[in-house]
Parts: sequence; structure tokens; C-alpha cells
Amino acid sequence: MAIVTHVVLDVLKPHQPNVLDFASQLADLGENYNVNLVVQEVDDKTHSVILKISADCLDFDAITQHIEAMGGSVHSIDEVDVKSKPRESVE
Amino acid sequence: MFARLRYLIALSHAHNIARRYFVTNGFDGVLTMLGLLMGFRVSGTASLELIIGACLGGVVALFMSGLTSAYISESAEKENELRKLEKSMLTSLDDSAHAEAARLMPYLIALVNGLSPLLLALLILMPLFLAQQQLLVGLPPLDMALAIALLLTFLLGVFLGRVSGRFWLWTGLSALMIAAVTSLLILFLHQLMGVK
Repeated sequence: MAIVTHVVLDVLKPHQPNVLDFASQLADLGENYNVNLVVQEVDDKTHSVILKISADCLDFDAITQHIEAMGGSVHSIDEVDVKSKPRESVE
Repeated sequence: MFARLRYLIALSHAHNIARRYFVTNGFDGVLTMLGLLMGFRVSGTASLELIIGACLGGVVALFMSGLTSAYISESAEKENELRKLEKSMLTSLDDSAHAEAARLMPYLIALVNGLSPLLLALLILMPLFLAQQQLLVGLPPLDMALAIALLLTFLLGVFLGRVSGRFWLWTGLSALMIAAVTSLLILFLHQLMGVK
């Protein structure tokens, strides 16, 4: 199965947790997770944000589950970078 | 577990609500005790056992009232907030931290609302307990209890001053003024009704 290294997600989230906490919690999900969050729209109770997450190997299910646990919902996956697993060398 | 609780408190702003309840119901507890003690002080005939019994009855009632009223109102409020948020999010939040906070925070707020008058009232009654155990020799227990009630009223005012960022002495004295007016009203009623 291919390895996901980068995703761009369109996410709707409540005001709490705030964007800093939201991004930080996602960054804590794995090693060397690099999270970029840009607020697109602010409504009465929600933020529409674009999340860019990259790492050597992203756990996509864990990311979406954690977004939902923080009250957010993924509206769309706008971009992905994947790469194949390195083949094991056969002697 | 505590980290999770801290996160849920921050998420739902429960610390602000709990602080408000602490002051509101704490003030209720202190003024109720002040009223009861002033009543006993001006009547001047009640025994220590009677005063403690009456005050403890009031304390338990304040505790139960604080516990249940805050739980009922806060659970309804939190449920309502959650449904409104779900409406904005266009999805169910049942598995989110918001739903967990809406379930747990009313218990925490109810506990604060119940415990604040209970603990403050027990502090006020401390001289009476000590006198009952013969540990407060040479000091009038009722007057000591009244002094603690006035001190706690002042301190609650100071606490409010720190919260609001206003001058602590002014808010403390304002709270003390309320206690003084309460005491004067009780004295006035006592004189008016000619209670001996």
C-alpha cells in the first residue's frame, strides 16, 4: 500500500478548540508532522479552514478521526501526495 | 485524566462558568450564614447547640440546592449549545470532545456550585464547632463567626475585583457594604417586630 506524505483538506471546525490548538493536536499525532492551517471563512460558530499536513508517513485515518474528535468535519480532500513503499531487497 | 479534564474545561469555557457560580453561590452561603447568625445574635437566647443545628440545616440545604439547580440548568444549557453547534456543523457531534464536555461539565459546575456555600459556611461556623468542643476559651463564638462571615464577604469582593481587573479594595469594600446593609436590615426588622 502506498505511503501518504502530504494531504490538503477542506475542514469545517467549531471555534473551539482554537486554530492553534487544532493544528497543534494534529501535529502531535505522529513524528515530524508538519501542519499548516489557513482560515478561509469565519462564521457565527464555525471556521472553514484549509489544512495542509505533511510528514514522511501520514496516518490518514488517525488524522480524520482526530479532526472529528475535535468536532470538525472533513468536507473534501483537495490534494494528496503519495509514494510507493520501498521494495524489500531480495538477496 | 487531568489533562483531558483540563482540555474539556478549556473547550467548553467551564472555568468561567464555575468561577461565576463559585462567587454567586458562595455569596449566597456567606450572607445566609450572616443572616442566621445575626438573628441569633440579636435574639440572644439561643444555645450553641441550637445555633449549630439551625446553621447546619441551612448549610445542607444550600449545598443540595447549589448542586441540583446548577446541574439541571447547566445540563440543559450545554445540551442546547451542542445542538446549536451541530446545526452549524451540519453533522452529529456525539463522538466529539464537545459532546463529552456537554456531558461532564454540568457535574463539575454543579459540584463547584454546591461546595462553595458549603465550604464557606463551614468556615464561618468553625468558631461555633470549636466552642462546642471547649477549644475556644475566652472568645465569644458567635461574634467570631460573624467576623469570619464579614471577612469572607470582603474576600469574595476582592476575588471579584481581581477577576474584573478593578481595584481590589473597592470591590472588597463594596461586598462588605452589602453584608453591612444585610445586618442592618436584620437589626431593623428585629427592632420593628419587637422580638426579644
